[in-house]
Amino acid sequence: MDSCIIKNNKRINLLDIPTVEIEKLRAYLSATNLRPIAFFGSDWGSATKLFVALADDEKGEVILSSSLIDKEVKAYESITKDNYQYHMFEREFYEQFGIEPIGHPWLKPVRKNLDNYEFFSMEGEELHEVAVGPIHAGVIEPGHFRFSCQGEKVYNLEIMLGYQHRNCESLMIKRPSVQLAESICGDSVIAYGLCYCQVIEELSGTKITNKAKIIRRIGLEMERIAIHIGDLGAILGDIAYLMGKEVFAVVRTLVINTMLEISGSRFGRGLIVEGGVNFDINRELSKKIVNTLDNVKRAVENMTKAALKSSTVMSRLEKTGSLNKETAQEINIVGLIGRSCGIELDSRFDFLDEFYCDCKIKPFKATNDAYSRFRIRYKEIIDSISIIKKLLKKLEQFENEETKVELNPLIPNSFALSIVESWRGELVQAATTNDKAELSRYKIKDPSFNNWFGLALALRNNGISDFPLCNKGFDLSYCGFDL
Amino acid sequence: MNIIYTIFNILILLIAPFFVLGLIKKTKAFWGGRKGVSIFQPLFDTVKLFKKDRVVSSSTSWIFDFAPCVIFVTTLFAGLFAPILGGYSIINIEASFVVFSYILGLNKFFALISALDTASSFEGMGASREACFTTIVEPAFFMILASTIVLSGNLTFSSILNLINISGSFGILIVSIIAVSLFIMLLIECSRVPVDDPTTHLELTMIHEVMILDNSGVDLALITWASGIKMVILMSLIANLIIPANLSIGYTILVFLAVLVLLSMILATLESAVARLRMSHVFEFIFVMNSLALVAASLVAVRIYGV
Repeated sequence: MDSCIIKNNKRINLLDIPTVEIEKLRAYLSATNLRPIAFFGSDWGSATKLFVALADDEKGEVILSSSLIDKEVKAYESITKDNYQYHMFEREFYEQFGIEPIGHPWLKPVRKNLDNYEFFSMEGEELHEVAVGPIHAGVIEPGHFRFSCQGEKVYNLEIMLGYQHRNCESLMIKRPSVQLAESICGDSVIAYGLCYCQVIEELSGTKITNKAKIIRRIGLEMERIAIHIGDLGAILGDIAYLMGKEVFAVVRTLVINTMLEISGSRFGRGLIVEGGVNFDINRELSKKIVNTLDNVKRAVENMTKAALKSSTVMSRLEKTGSLNKETAQEINIVGLIGRSCGIELDSRFDFLDEFYCDCKIKPFKATNDAYSRFRIRYKEIIDSISIIKKLLKKLEQFENEETKVELNPLIPNSFALSIVESWRGELVQAATTNDKAELSRYKIKDPSFNNWFGLALALRNNGISDFPLCNKGFDLSYCGFDL
Repeated sequence: MNIIYTIFNILILLIAPFFVLGLIKKTKAFWGGRKGVSIFQPLFDTVKLFKKDRVVSSSTSWIFDFAPCVIFVTTLFAGLFAPILGGYSIINIEASFVVFSYILGLNKFFALISALDTASSFEGMGASREACFTTIVEPAFFMILASTIVLSGNLTFSSILNLINISGSFGILIVSIIAVSLFIMLLIECSRVPVDDPTTHLELTMIHEVMILDNSGVDLALITWASGIKMVILMSLIANLIIPANLSIGYTILVFLAVLVLLSMILATLESAVARLRMSHVFEFIFVMNSLALVAASLVAVRIYGV
């Protein structure tokens, strides 16, 4: 099949992306074992253009192809039938462009049409349904969960989202700004900002300084550490292990307060800007960061050890909500959850990044359950702390560089795609410009888009009272999914 | 003399729940390294709830309106039969422990049907869990009471007080087994960690809390007050087991209150140190209570009838 190969964060001329017939594309996609990372339509005059980006994780390349579907054509044969990895992508494409994938096994709305949603239902004297949400107890985002249970045991969980749909993709075209990008998903501020800036810088051919690149990566790792620590505390809080909950809450504050010192915002808002970063890290601050991180590391190590020594904690975590590797691969689980199931994907290292590649980390021994999801967070906190230390040392070489450069105007008819490993996993943003050098399509794919279905599968045959624990372990984004 | 005990019993039943709950919260905050809310907070909360309006779901019937009163009144009524201060029961009749148990049974029955009445799937789930646990606790409780009665040879509920005096060093063993067993019952019946988590916001994991999700205002105040009273009653049973009987009234009050404080702090410390059990493992925990009760009963049998 005709395709072109690009690197992560590399601009390509829109016309250089080959266009193939949908049948040929379908045949290729249903047979290949490369993962889809983007699959989206774009208005193309009197037709719809379907862009497909596949990730070749071993070579660190992205394979791009596209297909032109005429406005009269209202259907094509579903790819999901043969390859479940396209399940959510095809549903989304259908919802956005009305072109039906024929034979799709689960063609339900993704974000819209919430009133007449048809839930999967089971019938029987002993079965009961539990409907949770969209309004939950506690301060969390809206989402509806429908459990089919026999007593305490869950047979099936169906998750309906879309309550927070803000049409971010159109907003990004109308008024693109880093502030908007940062607000799409409030717990991945830096990842979203970074991904957006990389796309815009590529589309405009702006080369930013090494110093800015390093500071951006330090911010990304700080975000990872902060959220992971918060999650460790939340997991322990869900199983009523109070000591862990309190200690991790305190330690997380240390990290986000350091972020405050770097960027003036505890969540890193305003750190990253098109063309570089707004704030510098000098030697004095760098020393302070290292100092804090050493304390954080000690506290996290001690608390994790204490928690995992407790038999009651272990009894809750072990063998709860297992998702085996084969299933996870089949449905394209990515990021943190993928790694906790034994899928060794990490776009920081897979897509060769000049600053990450000499920070190699040890592989993780996955056990697929809630215990695995707890340990991977602990491991990534420790890894990220050592990565930040290395990056800070490297930063000294570029002390005299500028933090920010002027952004060039956008280049017409371009396509750029950026993959950033947010703390949840692979965040993909892609954009195209038209011949007037304006953004014509902006596509965002949060890791939660892949992983929500994994949560539903992980809960099968588990107790319904273990759902909150699994949910916290996955900790997926509602707003990142709803866009 | 009896008048003084009666007055103190009623005061303890009505007021102590707030301070026991406040103290538990304070101790948990201490272990968590926090300052915590004031010890009076549960009292303030209840006063606040009494001032609020009720919000009643349109799918409920008269049962839902009726149940909070029944729950409160039955708990207080059961308290009249239970030995509180100095082993004194306000209503002291033979075999009153049976009346006590089944008044609490009526209490639970109304809590369950009130939860089912809301037609909420959460509350149904909570009711089924609660009913299940109670069913297993009941035989153990009767086994414990039977052992104490056989040992003291007295059919009144207050007799458990004299246990430690009459049965000597062998009795201490039995008394401590029974005390631990009653403490486990306290954890189960009052929905504490590791059986239930009273502070969680996760409806799917709750047991007691989920049953009262729809209650608000006065109803909620009565129910939380009642569950506090139940906790104090169960703590009093343990206190009476371990406090010697021949103290003067001043000392009795002091020691009794000290035991309540101690029990609250032990409970809070336990809650801070362990995680909650998986729902399917809660049964194993309840069977620990049953086994202990069985051991106590066997020891009593050995003591009375020889080997």
